Amino acid sequence: MADKQDIDDVTGTDTTGHEWDGIKELNNPLPRWWLWTFYGTVVWGLAYTIAYPAWPLINSATAGLLGYSSRAEVAQQIAEVDEQNAELTAMLASADLTTLDPDDPAHRFGVAGGASVFLANCSQCHGSGAAGVQAAGYPNLLDDAWLWGGTLEEIEYTVRHGIRNETDPDARWSEMPAFGDIFSEEEIGQTVEYVLSLSGQDHDAAMAEQGMVLFQEQCTACHGDSGEGIREVGAPALNDAIWLYGGDRETLIETVTYSRFGVMPAWGQRLDEDEIKAVTLYLHQLGGGE
Amino acid sequence: MWDYIKLILLGLVALVAAIAADWGHDLAYKLHAALIMLIAGGMFIWQLRQIGETRAVVDDTGYMDDVVRAGVIATGFWGVIGFLAGVFIAFQLAFPGLNFDWGQPYTNFGRLRPLHTSAVIFAFGGNALIMSSFYIVQRTCGARLWGGNTAWFVFWGYQLFIVMAATGYLLGATQSKEYAEPEWYVDIWLTIVWVAFLAVYMGTIFKRQEKHIYVANWFLLAFIITVAMLHIVNNLSIPVSLLGSKSVQVFSGVQDAMTQWWYGHNAVGFFLTAGFLGMMYYFVPKQAGRPVYSYKLSIIHFWALIFLYIWAGPHHLHYTALPDWASTLGMVFSIILWMPSWGGMINGLMTLQGAWDKLRTDPIIRMMVISLAFYGMSTFEGPMMSIKAVNSLSHYTDWTIGHVHSGALGWNGMITFGALYFLTPRLWGRKQMYSMAAIDWHFWLATIGIVLYAASMWVTGIMEGLMWREVDAQGFLVNSFADTVSAKFPMYVVRGLGGVLYLTGACIMVWNMWMTIRGGQPVRVAPPAAPVAAAQPAQAA
Repeated sequence: MADKQDIDDVTGTDTTGHEWDGIKELNNPLPRWWLWTFYGTVVWGLAYTIAYPAWPLINSATAGLLGYSSRAEVAQQIAEVDEQNAELTAMLASADLTTLDPDDPAHRFGVAGGASVFLANCSQCHGSGAAGVQAAGYPNLLDDAWLWGGTLEEIEYTVRHGIRNETDPDARWSEMPAFGDIFSEEEIGQTVEYVLSLSGQDHDAAMAEQGMVLFQEQCTACHGDSGEGIREVGAPALNDAIWLYGGDRETLIETVTYSRFGVMPAWGQRLDEDEIKAVTLYLHQLGGGE
Repeated sequence: MWDYIKLILLGLVALVAAIAADWGHDLAYKLHAALIMLIAGGMFIWQLRQIGETRAVVDDTGYMDDVVRAGVIATGFWGVIGFLAGVFIAFQLAFPGLNFDWGQPYTNFGRLRPLHTSAVIFAFGGNALIMSSFYIVQRTCGARLWGGNTAWFVFWGYQLFIVMAATGYLLGATQSKEYAEPEWYVDIWLTIVWVAFLAVYMGTIFKRQEKHIYVANWFLLAFIITVAMLHIVNNLSIPVSLLGSKSVQVFSGVQDAMTQWWYGHNAVGFFLTAGFLGMMYYFVPKQAGRPVYSYKLSIIHFWALIFLYIWAGPHHLHYTALPDWASTLGMVFSIILWMPSWGGMINGLMTLQGAWDKLRTDPIIRMMVISLAFYGMSTFEGPMMSIKAVNSLSHYTDWTIGHVHSGALGWNGMITFGALYFLTPRLWGRKQMYSMAAIDWHFWLATIGIVLYAASMWVTGIMEGLMWREVDAQGFLVNSFADTVSAKFPMYVVRGLGGVLYLTGACIMVWNMWMTIRGGQPVRVAPPAAPVAAAQPAQAA
């Protein structure tokens, strides 16, 4: 390369004799460790492409000596778990949940599997710990206040068909009117004062008295004579401290004025029978199962 | 005559843009059309007033440095904007309340995130590459930039691209391809600008006074050509309407994904690696005052890097619909790429042979050395993460974000800061930067910032990868996705603080540049008369 010897004084190394804007180049050889590591990776790479699917051909690709396939691998892993759990899965599938002993291995298996189904599918709304999100009207599943019933059969029905969705004709369904179209603002205020009184909160007694009349006329059909709620129509109890969307005055005015329309998907369209059974069992034992 | 043609063209552009602004289907398109109308209209009036005037004669014997000066300022400006956006979205992830209701949908994370990535990669990194390639190609070729004002067209055209891309994201115009979000007309504009960039660069190389082409120019040329190819192929799309921003990709399904990551990975390979290696090969030997360590190594690692990088993209799509064979090749080429990548680090670091003492005295060299260290680290980490078994843990986690940032903040950022500190005094004729102590502060703030960033993302990335795959003895999932998100909170705060330190350092740099530029009398007013062939007689055989 060099036209003449041009030694770098500091290192005593020959340069290539080129210079650009004062920059010269030393004529050092490739570092050996660098070169051999590079060769090593090339050799390893070739070997790897012989062992694994790699080189594209016209209609397919080389399959590799090991016969590896990522799809086959995951299928095998799933099959292994299925096989390991086969006995318990069969026990759970044939078990009658209402009589299943909590100490039974099938029960424990169902709860563990149900928890996993819940984390993957339900926790987005109901929270990882199933405590719900009041601000968004996602009910707490840990307590014994059930909108549509807390027995195993009722929970399973709700999971399978969902609530107020458009995809399952058997979905649980009810609809509270938006009283903003029916009541005057004053009447809404009076009704809300009465509802506050039902749950023992601070309220304006005079307004509540007026509100009681309105409540008897318009609300008892669904919420019951004393506001205890009616599960057949998913109408929540108003005489306790548990609120789906919130029990303060402001939230109640909003609820009465505009109504609410919480929707839950029909999980029967997504989950298989084993999963529905498992998640039902899981929900039932969270604390409020009946 | 030419003046009148220009007038007619500018008038037509303004007119068409005015019609497009009126008839456009969406806000982003209308805004961009109005912007082009204003620019073309303004240039029309300016052109009209110029007619008949005698022009000032441009001295075109020296180097063309005005455009480089503009590029230096633009690099500093976009850098701060990009880092600021990054810090803000980092805190949005830690504190979702920062997705303010009043700012919806324009200031939510989803729209600011591409603004951040494009601002740092294309606005900060792109301006750094364009301005330093203009500087380097002139010095190492001993020739003024080819094409007269074409270089100015490249500069301003590129700024227009940035502004259209950024405002488009905020207004919801995106083709949803990572690092290739701008819609079709912005892509076409960038293509025009980029071809002009290639022409200026090639033209200058063709009229060089030096017999040989310096290694920095190989890398910069590879960067310009390959990015043009990547950009065009990955952005092949058909507009839904010529009067709207929406377009439909030509590829679909896994072909589209593969094209996207062929592009995406080579944006890293040719934009952020090859291009910045070009910068490194000029600024490190200049600042160190030492010869490049090994000419042979630069040849071998250049060709190996260029050949291998282009195949590595499939490692972004392990365990997806991508066929196994493509996945294998992506991984194998990524691992073979390890040594060719390190070739640049070795050549850069070993150039300091005989000048290591400068590490103690020269904060600019220190910046360049730490940049090479981060380059070496992230080009080891990358091949490692491309291994399928590692990737099955690291993919989709914050580890990837940490990896990208140790490369971007460490390598690209630090070498660019070094280049800015090298160029600012020289371009404005000052003896040195206004404050050397401020460079020291910048160095430490940035370094500690990167360490906080990378370390917190390693921890949180590996943690969430492990949490996602955690199953109990019966194979049931243990954690919900939300559990992994809430577990990351402390690390998100640490990451945000790292970003604050890095941003603070960059602000100090911009202040330092500002003080250098405005302070004192210039040592020399005009750029040095160009070429210098005398120093390097074409004597090689």
